[in-house]
Amino acid sequence: MSYRLAHLKSLEAEGLHIIREVAAEFENPVLLFSGGKDSIVMLHLAVKAFAPCPPPFPVMHVDTGHNFPEVIDLRDRRTTEAGVQLIVASVQESIDAGRVVEETGPRASRNRLQTTTLLDAIDKHRFDAVFGGARRDEEKARAKERVFSFRDEFGQWDPKNQRPELWNLYNGRHRPGEHIRVFPLSNWTELDIWQYIADEGIELPPLYYAHRRTVFERDGMLLAVTGFVTLQDGERPFEETVRFRTIGDATGTGAVRSTAADAREVAVEIAATRITERGATRADDRVSEAGMEDRKREGYF
Amino acid sequence: MTQTTPLRTDSEPAVEMLRVATAGSVDDGKSTLIGRLLYDSKAIFEDQLASVEDTSRRRGNAHTDLSLLTDGLRAEREQGITIDVAYRYFATPRRKFVIADTPGHIQYTRNMVTGASTADVAMVLVDARKGLLEQSRRHAFLASLLGIPHLVVCVNKMDLVGYDRAVFEAIRTEFAEFAARLDVPDLTFIPVSALNGDNIVTRGTNMPWYEGSSLMHHLEEVHVASDRNLVDVRFPVQYVLRPRDGEHRDYRGYAGTVAAGVLRPGDEVVVLPSGFTTRIAGIDGPDGPVAAAFPPMSVAVRLTDDLDVSRGDMICRPDNRPRTGQDLRAMVCWLAADADLRPGATYALKHTTRTVRARVGEVRYRLDVNTGHRDTECGALALNDIGRVTLRTTAPLFHDTYRRNRATGSFILVDEATNNTVGAGMLLDDAP
Ligand SMILES: Nc1nc2c(ncn2[C@@H]2O[C@H](COP(=O)(O)OP(=O)(O)O)[C@@H](O)[C@H]2O)c(=O)[nH]1
Repeated sequence: MSYRLAHLKSLEAEGLHIIREVAAEFENPVLLFSGGKDSIVMLHLAVKAFAPCPPPFPVMHVDTGHNFPEVIDLRDRRTTEAGVQLIVASVQESIDAGRVVEETGPRASRNRLQTTTLLDAIDKHRFDAVFGGARRDEEKARAKERVFSFRDEFGQWDPKNQRPELWNLYNGRHRPGEHIRVFPLSNWTELDIWQYIADEGIELPPLYYAHRRTVFERDGMLLAVTGFVTLQDGERPFEETVRFRTIGDATGTGAVRSTAADAREVAVEIAATRITERGATRADDRVSEAGMEDRKREGYF
Repeated sequence: MTQTTPLRTDSEPAVEMLRVATAGSVDDGKSTLIGRLLYDSKAIFEDQLASVEDTSRRRGNAHTDLSLLTDGLRAEREQGITIDVAYRYFATPRRKFVIADTPGHIQYTRNMVTGASTADVAMVLVDARKGLLEQSRRHAFLASLLGIPHLVVCVNKMDLVGYDRAVFEAIRTEFAEFAARLDVPDLTFIPVSALNGDNIVTRGTNMPWYEGSSLMHHLEEVHVASDRNLVDVRFPVQYVLRPRDGEHRDYRGYAGTVAAGVLRPGDEVVVLPSGFTTRIAGIDGPDGPVAAAFPPMSVAVRLTDDLDVSRGDMICRPDNRPRTGQDLRAMVCWLAADADLRPGATYALKHTTRTVRARVGEVRYRLDVNTGHRDTECGALALNDIGRVTLRTTAPLFHDTYRRNRATGSFILVDEATNNTVGAGMLLDDAP
């Protein structure tokens, strides 16, 4: 035997280690689960980390209310199969309670509002560790974030004052009211995620694979025609064979033209793609070069 | 070789992961070199490139500044220097690379130590015009201290010295002489131009006198499999799996990451600190039972006897045990700006899966990381200092020297008032 571990298995092992470390050291962790591919992979790791027991923490969906029904369907099935409790934190409720003000206009998005809903839910449930599916390859500001990332009592991240993180000795200490964001997929790339999904035969919402859909073009992106968006002058709906690279709020998640019918084919396409996941498909990330850093400081995912 | 993807079919050998730590002084060209590796391995996407081209143009640069690809946080963009550890990813069909990119200035020693802690390979940049600076020595020294077995010295900006072989050879000779005093098992020198791409991915034609590999080729080939300790079985128990009810009611699994050695079902093992001996009944990997577990696998070990085992315990072989004790000797790198490490101070100490309290005994000396000189009069360690200290812990630790095993020879110190990680420790031999 060569005693070598393939890179996906090394990444998986690292993820399991991180997830167990949190379960061992924190009182009240929660795993953020959107029904998107990264959170599905994260839940898959959590299930493996504690088998044959169910993961010893609930999962939470920060729900913008602008959902694709296929995603909600899989969210409910996966959490039931995994034997974990599902908590839904609703942006609509934050709006109704006057905690946030809904954006208006044809380009309104609830993406930014999620931060308040998330922080309120962390407060309410007294979560002290929050698993997120973010990866360091997604974006420049994320490239420096720790695996255990400290948040002060306002949920804020201070990029200039991060704890050094050495070996696999994670420091999760915090005071009441503060919490730690934990990113078990930090070292995965988008391609790793897809290869892993293919290798493991993980089910994703069908939106991730090529399908016919009515879309329209805005700012060079293809957006789905749903009840949540209003077409502007000159925007014309048409049928196209597309898939989604990320799944977030239905108003701001772009589709790409594709014929990839399964995870292996998506991986092949990704490998050949010349545009980042965020660049291609997240309307709100394109606002400014420093957009993500600003939102992360405020407590965003 | 510059093909994008490590896509494989099931019959091809799996891609391995390689962790690389880089260090270089400001302006040595580190960002450009990493940008070039990412660019040439096609890990850079068009939209990122467009944004960089845009910024280069706005700043009035004649050519696209690849270093902008790796500048992260706004503060750094403003100051124009790299101030933190940033992680970058790229892959070739052979390997997947994680680069921990750290600044080289002495004020950032702590960042270098952080980036180097998990690295297989250290990559040090030297500006061919400036030759071996104090900083280059420091980087090599830190790489050796952190137990990185492979050191690659990239002599950069060869284009600015006319691709002159003599310049390269002089730097090589001087560096090798210095490194002979360090513990660096594998030392490689590559003359490069990050700006033009010479010897980065392909050899190019500017330095026909150079017969070695390109940097990328070297990183793909460097042999790291034997760096792991497969001899001393060390399994720190991380989490106990014990279903309360249902069909798995009788399951008891001790979950953790293999720190060293190879575990197999049937092996006789001892559990520390209890000292009870038992056998491994089975090992459950992420996909079910496995015939062997080795680092860095994450598994659950089942034992034939029903023992009281909990987090922080260590499973090993009866005839090969770690050292056990409360008195530690270690090299500590001090990471905190707001307080020094002083005799008498207490900290939380995390070692494998065990957290205890530790009191500092003495600070025996502070090491000058530029010269290797030992200052025995220092009395304390300040930010970015590295020194030899003794510690006494509230409970025994099961440990090895860092040289022998990075996983059971390392610890962190946490300030219990601020909760910050303030020290990184590497355990030494018991001999004074
Ligand atoms: N002529 C030449 N210039 C280089 C080379 N590598 C980097 N530079 C330039 O040196 C300067 C500093 O490079 P940069 O990558 O930002 O250095 P860092 O501070 O080490 O990250 C920039 O102006 C680069 O264009 C090289 O191989 N040859």
